[in-house]
Order: sequence, then C-alpha cells, then structure tokens
Amino acid sequence: MAAGLMTGKRGLIMGLANDKSIAWGIAKALADQGAELAFSYQGDALKKRVDPLAASLGSDVVLPCDVGDGNSIDELFDALKERWGKLDFVVHAIGFSDKNELRGRYVDTSRDNFKQTMDISVFSFTAVCRRACTMMPDGGSLLTMTYYGAEKVMPHYNVMGVAKAALEASVRYIAEDLGKDNIRCNAISAGTIKTLAASGIGDFRYILRWNELNSPLRRNVSIEDVGGSALYLLSDLGRGVTGEVHHVDSGYHVVGMKNPEAPDMTLERKE
Amino acid sequence: MSDIEDRTRKIVVEHLGVEQDKVTENASFIDDLGADSLDTVELVMAFEEEFGIEIPDDAAETIQSFGDAVKFIKEAV
Repeated sequence: MAAGLMTGKRGLIMGLANDKSIAWGIAKALADQGAELAFSYQGDALKKRVDPLAASLGSDVVLPCDVGDGNSIDELFDALKERWGKLDFVVHAIGFSDKNELRGRYVDTSRDNFKQTMDISVFSFTAVCRRACTMMPDGGSLLTMTYYGAEKVMPHYNVMGVAKAALEASVRYIAEDLGKDNIRCNAISAGTIKTLAASGIGDFRYILRWNELNSPLRRNVSIEDVGGSALYLLSDLGRGVTGEVHHVDSGYHVVGMKNPEAPDMTLERKE
Repeated sequence: MSDIEDRTRKIVVEHLGVEQDKVTENASFIDDLGADSLDTVELVMAFEEEFGIEIPDDAAETIQSFGDAVKFIKEAV
C-alpha cells in the first residue's frame, strides 16, 4: 500500500455512536489514509456500538471516558500514554443538552441544563486538549465539531447554539495557547446531517430539507464530506491552519436569503 | 404477510440481531427483543430511511412494539 496522508500518525476519536456519526465519517477517512485510531465511548450502550466499528478499521483501542468527570479524562489519557506514548491528533465530536430544551424558547433554558450543556459540549474539549497536548512533543492537531447555530439563530438549536459559540471561541484561545508548540486547533462547522444526536433536535427534517433546497451546492453534506475536510485539517496538508472554524455545509453559511427557485415551505402541525 | 411487514421485520432482525420468529406483532423492542434506548431511536431512523417517511419524535415515542411500527408505517406510506 502506498503511504497515506496519515501514515505513522496516531489519534483519538471521541464521540462515535454508530455508522451515521460524523465521528465515523472522520474515522473512516483517517484510517483510509493510514492513521492508527483509538476510540473513547461513554457507557455500555455505546461500547457495544463502538467495538465492532473500531474493529472494522483494525483498532482494538476502545476506552471508556465520561467527559463530565476530570478523573475519567485523566484515566483515558493515562491509558493512551501507556499504550502509545505520543499522540498526533484528537477528534472531539461530543455535545449534550436536555432534548426537552431543544424546542420551545431559548430564553426558558434552565440553569442546570445550561451548565451541563456548557460542561459537556464546551469545557470537555478544553479539558481534553489540556491533556492531549502533553502527549504531543512533536506537534499535533486538535479538532472539534460545531454548527452554524453558533453564529446565527437556527430553529430549536437554542442553548446548543450558545454552547457552540463558546466552543468556537475556545478553539481560538486554544490555538493561541498551543500554537507555539506546533499544536493546531480547529473546528468544522458541519451542515445538517441526520445523526443519532440530531434526532434530539426539533423539526430536524424541515431544517434538512431547507438546507438542501437553499445551500449553494443544493444538497446536504454527508459524513464522508466532513471526513474529507477533517483529513485535511488533521494531516500535514493543513499544517498552516489553526484557530479556524471551517464550514463543511454546502456553502449554506454564505447565503443571505432563500433561493427564489426553491419552494416555500411551511411546517404542518397538528395542534 | 404484507410487504411492509416483511421489510419492517427484516430491519428489526438485522438491527437487533434477533431470530425472525421472535419478531411477532406484540413483541416489545425493549422488553422482548433486547433493545436499549439508542436502538429504539436507530430503528426509527432505519424505518424512515427504508420507507421514505417521517416519524416525528412524539410519534416515535409511541412505537414500542413491532406491531406499533408496522401500524404507523402502513398509515404513513
């Protein structure tokens, strides 16, 4: 096999749930280019899903991690250090919010869910980067996943949009902190993709259809599309890029109003 | 046995790794077929894909058994 873009590189994928996951699109693209992968999961329900997927990419490094618990993150990185010593990249595809608050008004968000959403969706990336960077003496690349709802109001995205805005800001600060050690930190702002996590977002199918009709490429993106862009940011192709929020969204973020040729769409509701 | 029932059963058998004859009308995904809460979401996503239909969250929550799923899909297609 010819040397791939990721040959000789080792990295951790966090947030894989099933073969619809964005993390899976990224893992496949990296493995295809020769990367050696480790996976973390939270809880047995996810372990039984991650194990076979990891095995199909030739990985047997599948480790538990509850990112809401600092000790658990420590244990994950201790295990990786023991196994590999060094690390070249981390993919963080983790977020959480009470799905009852991903509908209705943002202004009604509870304090508890606000805190938990910020903790799991924002702070966890910072906490992971802090540990990962100690295993990157030769530099590395850190990647997280965000969404346009951080920049503009999207229906029902609510507290998750506020959290993603904070996550994007944290990408810039981490990029500055770690840049002098040749460790890069970026985010991919993926278009709407029907994943397990997205099933918690209200009216998601409407949002999918809207993006398909009104984005410049006139289609939704796939997990393979995101995988290709992640490969660029995680490989040496992206060596000059840090602090960036890269949109992989069929160009939706540049559009100012609906495509005049797209049909008007109204959600039908049974009251 | 209808085509919809066959296709629905095939999805359940493949996704949950259960014997075909266990997937009866009253079989509960969680209580009888060993599904966890993520499986139930994944099954709904698989039904939507197979039949090109939309199953809203509040309807998805009512689909607890194989019979519930077939009934919903028959009405939706």
